[in-house]
Amino acid sequence: MINEIPPAAILIVGALGVPFFKGKLKSAYLLLLPAAALINLLAMPEGKYWIVRFLEYNLIFGRVDKLSLVFGYIFALITLIGMIFALHVTDNTQHIAAFVYAGSALGVTFAGDLFTLYVFWELMAISSVFLVWARNTERSMRAGWRYLLVHIVGGLCLLAGIIIYVAETGSPEFAYIGLGTYGIASHLILIGFAVNAGLFPLHAWLPDAYPRATVSGAVFMSALTTKSAVYILARTFPGTELLIWAGAFMTCFPIFYAVIVNDIRRVLAYSLINQVGFMVCGIGIGTQLAINGVVAHAFSHIIYKALLFMSTGAVLYMTGKIRATDLGGLHKTMPFTAICCMIGAASISAFPLFSGFVSKSMTVAAAAEEHLTIIWFMLMFASAGVFHHAGIKVPFFVFFGHDSGIRAKEPPINMRLAMGIAAFICIFLGVYPQPLYRILPYTVHYVPYTAFHVVGMLQLLMFGVLAFTLLVLSGYYPPEMRAVNLDTDWFARIPGRKFIWFCQAPLKRIGGFFDEGVSRIVGLLKTIPDRSVIVEKGTDSFFHSGLTSLPNLLFVWGRNLRTEIKQLSWNLAYILMPFFVLLALMLLWLS
Amino acid sequence: MKKRENQMKELNFLDSAENRKKVRKYFYIFLGILLAIDPFIHKHVELPWEGSPFFYAVYGYAACVSLIFIAKGLRLIVKRREDYYRK
Repeated sequence: MINEIPPAAILIVGALGVPFFKGKLKSAYLLLLPAAALINLLAMPEGKYWIVRFLEYNLIFGRVDKLSLVFGYIFALITLIGMIFALHVTDNTQHIAAFVYAGSALGVTFAGDLFTLYVFWELMAISSVFLVWARNTERSMRAGWRYLLVHIVGGLCLLAGIIIYVAETGSPEFAYIGLGTYGIASHLILIGFAVNAGLFPLHAWLPDAYPRATVSGAVFMSALTTKSAVYILARTFPGTELLIWAGAFMTCFPIFYAVIVNDIRRVLAYSLINQVGFMVCGIGIGTQLAINGVVAHAFSHIIYKALLFMSTGAVLYMTGKIRATDLGGLHKTMPFTAICCMIGAASISAFPLFSGFVSKSMTVAAAAEEHLTIIWFMLMFASAGVFHHAGIKVPFFVFFGHDSGIRAKEPPINMRLAMGIAAFICIFLGVYPQPLYRILPYTVHYVPYTAFHVVGMLQLLMFGVLAFTLLVLSGYYPPEMRAVNLDTDWFARIPGRKFIWFCQAPLKRIGGFFDEGVSRIVGLLKTIPDRSVIVEKGTDSFFHSGLTSLPNLLFVWGRNLRTEIKQLSWNLAYILMPFFVLLALMLLWLS
Repeated sequence: MKKRENQMKELNFLDSAENRKKVRKYFYIFLGILLAIDPFIHKHVELPWEGSPFFYAVYGYAACVSLIFIAKGLRLIVKRREDYYRK
């Protein structure tokens, strides 16, 4: 039947070989892996492959159909482009992490059952965090931990959901779930997916971690985590009304943040949430046009978002700076990077002749077709808004604006090549979208280039530029500032810290007070001889170990997280252990 | 090394205020064209207001202006010192 290898295996197993190569051979090997994965996918016919019998369930590693293939192509393609961009990196950990991460994303995409999905899902979270840690600054260490903890909470919700779901239905099949039929199980599963998709209010990990990732790591991260979640949502929750509103809200709220945020890669992270919002909204609408729009948009989005992360990453790599307040005027010495960034910016803004135009408009058209008036207005507002921050703000403050006096050179040739390829694809798809339309899950009847659509979109965008120009000239535009902008992660970060403090000080003191009080009472009770032993034992075990050891444990645990931060392997072991135990228990219990 | 950096070619086109003005002038002309051709375009509309004249231009402008002012308001609420989380 098949002579191909599972797509995930090429990258994950291949990753192990990275340390054995050096110099040019290593570069060749790094490019060979994603290229092989891509070619393997292109040759793969539809069907279900690599079915492994495990206990009484079938684990399916290769459910190949039109929907999974598109996502497979784009994940493999972006891994190839990202690897070209990362060729100069000497740190093997980063390459291995990137390959395992991309391989797991492919594993998620082609998983045909929920168990396989879950394993690759967790592997994605764990491997991607190394792309944050590899930056090797204290801030990235902390951000990495927060990232990991959020994804582990999301993963546990998903696991709980899967267990209940399988127990109820008796089948781990990964197909349409929907919110209506399965009660708590489907809600838990949705929460697990929503964390990765960055649904409000579970999105804060994204602008927290991505700007802290390495230059090339952010490129992989921007492409894989959220879009694999989009794929999964498109499979399991199409037509869920909640997602229409959640998606539309996601398109709108991040653009306000993007206007005031200073770190350019954080601006991009917020605009990433905004773009994923279009996809989530499309999944919620769920018509054929909408789903086509979602898939097409995910495809072109991955390319142009990676291009934006690459060009801003190149600036970070060459100048060591990434804040809008520190940059400006770089087009003078980095014209190629500037042009690539502007092509990415034009694509994300859905300018005619760029890739966003032919994909985003499908989702918006689907909203119009279903006469979702408020949603349509929100999406249009977001379309104008995304141009405003990602389209104008990013290139303007980095490459134009006030001259920062920095005279950085163009980045190394491999970075330029990767940016060039991505930029080419952005324009190619914008001019000639048919190859993309052909691989979409449903037949496309949509025609993007009508005079009305082109002029309407140009009016929308250009008058947005006019607003920007006039506001900057008149001084109303909010100036760039060095500041922290609170987001929903505040709830985890400040009250969380307070909770640890609460355990550490008051709770412990109360425990101590009880301790003293109890010994006094016990002393009194001892005067009644035959009861004394029982009373002493009972009260002691309750107050002494029960009440006081829990906060103590939490405190010690929290302190370990802080001080052992450099000893990753140990911490990772702590985190991995419960997963495997849980997984084993789950399988045993089900069998 | 330093000498080479000094010799690097720089694109100084946008340094002069005159050139910047020129760029803006062409931009305004382009806006004018976009508005001028609006009445002559065949509009295939799904939603009724899409067909009204200059709808997209007005909405794009209004959206961006309100975006900026809301963002300024948001800053009043969420902005903190840069070391806020590290106290």
